[in-house]
Amino acid sequence: MDARITLRVDGRDRSLTVDTRTTLLDALRDHLSVTSPKKGCDHGQCGSCTVLLDGRRVVSCLTFAVAHDGADVTTAEGLVQEGEPHPVQRAFLEEDGFQCGFCTPGQICSAVGMLEEVKAGHPSRVTDDLTGPVTLDDEEIRERLSGNLCRCGAYVNIVAALREEADS
Amino acid sequence: MTAEETAEETAEETAQVSAQGRAVGTPSPRVDGRAKVTGSAAYAYDRPVDDPVYAHPLQATIARGRVIAIDTVAAAGVDGVLAVVTHRDAARLADTEDAELSVLQSDAVAFRGQFIGVVLGETPEIARYAAGLVRVEYEEEPHDTELRADRTDLYRPERVNEGFATDTDEGDVDAAMEAAAVTVDQIYTTPMEHNNPMEPHTTVAVWDPGGGFLGDARLSLFDSTQSVHAVRSTLARVFGLRPDQVRVMSPYVGGGFGSKGMPHAHNVLAVLGARAVPGRPVKLALTRHQMFSLAGHRTPTIQRVRLGADEGGRLTAVAHEAVEHTSRIKEYAEQTAAGTRMMYAAPNRRTAHRLAALDVPVPSWMRAPGEAPGFFGLEVAMDELAVACGLDPVELRVRNEPEVDPESGRPWSGRHLVRCLREGAVRFGWEGRPAVPGTRREGRELVGLGVASSTYPYYRIPGSRAVVAYDGRGRYTVRIGAADIGTGAWTVLTQIAADALGCPLGAVSVEIGDSDLPRATVAGGSSGTASWGSTIVAACRAFRHAYGEDPPRGAEAGGEMPRDPDAKRFSMHSFGAQFAEVRVDADTGEIRVPRMLGVFSVGRVINPRTARSQFIGGMTMGLSMALHERSVLDHRTGHVINHDFAEYHIATSADVMDVDAVWLDEEDVHAGPLGARGIGEIGIVGAPAAIANAVHNATGIRVRDLPITPDLLLH
Repeated sequence: MDARITLRVDGRDRSLTVDTRTTLLDALRDHLSVTSPKKGCDHGQCGSCTVLLDGRRVVSCLTFAVAHDGADVTTAEGLVQEGEPHPVQRAFLEEDGFQCGFCTPGQICSAVGMLEEVKAGHPSRVTDDLTGPVTLDDEEIRERLSGNLCRCGAYVNIVAALREEADS
Repeated sequence: MTAEETAEETAEETAQVSAQGRAVGTPSPRVDGRAKVTGSAAYAYDRPVDDPVYAHPLQATIARGRVIAIDTVAAAGVDGVLAVVTHRDAARLADTEDAELSVLQSDAVAFRGQFIGVVLGETPEIARYAAGLVRVEYEEEPHDTELRADRTDLYRPERVNEGFATDTDEGDVDAAMEAAAVTVDQIYTTPMEHNNPMEPHTTVAVWDPGGGFLGDARLSLFDSTQSVHAVRSTLARVFGLRPDQVRVMSPYVGGGFGSKGMPHAHNVLAVLGARAVPGRPVKLALTRHQMFSLAGHRTPTIQRVRLGADEGGRLTAVAHEAVEHTSRIKEYAEQTAAGTRMMYAAPNRRTAHRLAALDVPVPSWMRAPGEAPGFFGLEVAMDELAVACGLDPVELRVRNEPEVDPESGRPWSGRHLVRCLREGAVRFGWEGRPAVPGTRREGRELVGLGVASSTYPYYRIPGSRAVVAYDGRGRYTVRIGAADIGTGAWTVLTQIAADALGCPLGAVSVEIGDSDLPRATVAGGSSGTASWGSTIVAACRAFRHAYGEDPPRGAEAGGEMPRDPDAKRFSMHSFGAQFAEVRVDADTGEIRVPRMLGVFSVGRVINPRTARSQFIGGMTMGLSMALHERSVLDHRTGHVINHDFAEYHIATSADVMDVDAVWLDEEDVHAGPLGARGIGEIGIVGAPAAIANAVHNATGIRVRDLPITPDLLLH
């Protein structure tokens, strides 16, 4: 069964017809040629497909496109503003927070979403005080980014990149 | 050419890129960095193609037998299905010698998960749905997937990987063990593991049948590979084409760690699919599940290590005998014990490799094949010997440092293991290590430190060519069909070319990842920088020799990888010392690794930024190997049951705390014009042993089987 939907992707309205079995990830990649979200597992286990859906980070392989008619989707490509990489993207470059680069767009979307969650005071498993503001130390960064796997093993540099962000 | 000229040429060829170069040795940012962080880097599946067809493979659900019936009628009838290809109708291959690549050529099933067909559909959803409608009947034969050291059918392969001898035997190990004051004789095991690069193996294939005035057939692929030229030559052979009829492109590759080092069955399946829908691009991306059967894996190993020493810890005997599996249809014999041959001084030494040919998927390269599992056995045994001798494990290794390569008798091109160990001991605070295992407790945690040696051979693979061209406006283009799988090769080759041409970094563009570029060897064996880099140096020198400092527009010159006369005169290996701190929860057995440090000696480091990333990336994979990774073969079905990231665990952020790497400031004057020995794999070697040894130091429990899971520590 097909359905007609509209998505606002990286600031552009895009109308498309999708099979109702099509995931948000496949809609982006196969229908709209938006390929910065990657398919590493298709099971929500690796985080490579992470995008910001109405501002929150989601693994786009685990949700159907048809369920998000009218939604706003930001991918790593859409974080670039007027040709300027997002501060998190610049921090990844600065700290060499990637190697093969395949998990990187997902890591970056996840990190941007995570920083917003911290700003909003959302606690994580390692937060001691569940009511107060969150201090984004290394343990918090590591815990909050553990949904994004990196087989090249760039974690140490990713944490350094976000420490820079947390400090600024 | 006179002898003198030959000598001069050799000297020129091997002259090292001198320190006056401006780019080599600096931490240049990655040339592909911006494309990667902004997501514009297009990997194989991401390349835009017109009118694609989506392939969904069919896989065998038995481990051994025959397909006796395959009903594709329902699948073929689904709206949007273009073809269902099985062994009954697949194109016949021109060359079926490599049984792994002999896809859909018969009804035989040799391992569970083997391809038995492919469905081609207008959308991925249609192809996948239709694949589920195919009904298959098998004639099942008894299968056997269980590796045991007491199997009676173990055999001795002719050679092991990289062409090493299968067995070596020097002196009399048995007599030396008998006479030794202190001995260790233990069995160590490492499990089946899977490379699991984040980018699944992907091929987008277009078959243009040609014919008549259209000319010859053409095959083009976007492929995730560590070697476009290996894919091209292999597929040309398999399909009976000339290499120039095949083009393979892969500018961006999402990791490989060996599994993309050679073509696998999915490459052939994609082309068989493409032949069924000529002119249309067929997109085949293996699912994560499928990768566990079809993209290679690290063989499990059972290693018996015997060490004999005098009371002072000086080795008199070293024996390392490994048992591994291979697939019944294609032999892959890993060199598990090869690194032991040159590691420590001992007059009596023996190594051996034996294989069991089982009904398992085809094993292959995975980061530091041989050394990574082999140095778990050897380096844990060395730790056991240190305990038995009452010696500090660093000191034990220092006492067994060989002056020349014990195996070949050749001098070292540069063996600085002792410096790595000493430097690391100081930096890591080794003197604070608990002398008696299991005696430091901080709150709920037992704390310990461990060390292990690391090594990796210097490989430089001949066969690459590079071409340098000048555009007349200050820009040089260097072309070579190399691959950057995350190593930083693209950046490093740019640095090398800039220095070899004597121009600014920004004046050089390097083109890689396309078989239409000059041929290049595989991104494997940590050989890329040395092999391609020295080739580029040769091309740049040829360019300057022909055109001087002021070349005309369109000037172009090429070069081949220069000879390596020192490789036969010296024993050339990189070395390292791995240190780890572990904290074990005394109540739950949970193991944390708050600190790891690697000190490496690798010759010249071309780019400290990407080099450090490679080292700590390898160490992180070593941590993962130590604590998490194990592919579980269900011997009743021949199936890897934990075939996804929910159950095949790899280290994630929360597991990885402080991992750092440093290196000795040096160059290896014998290692070609760059003086660099390669860095991609040494980081994983020894890391699991350092962690296992730290676990022993923390708890007093000796774990000889990977991975080290909490249950093993709850006694």
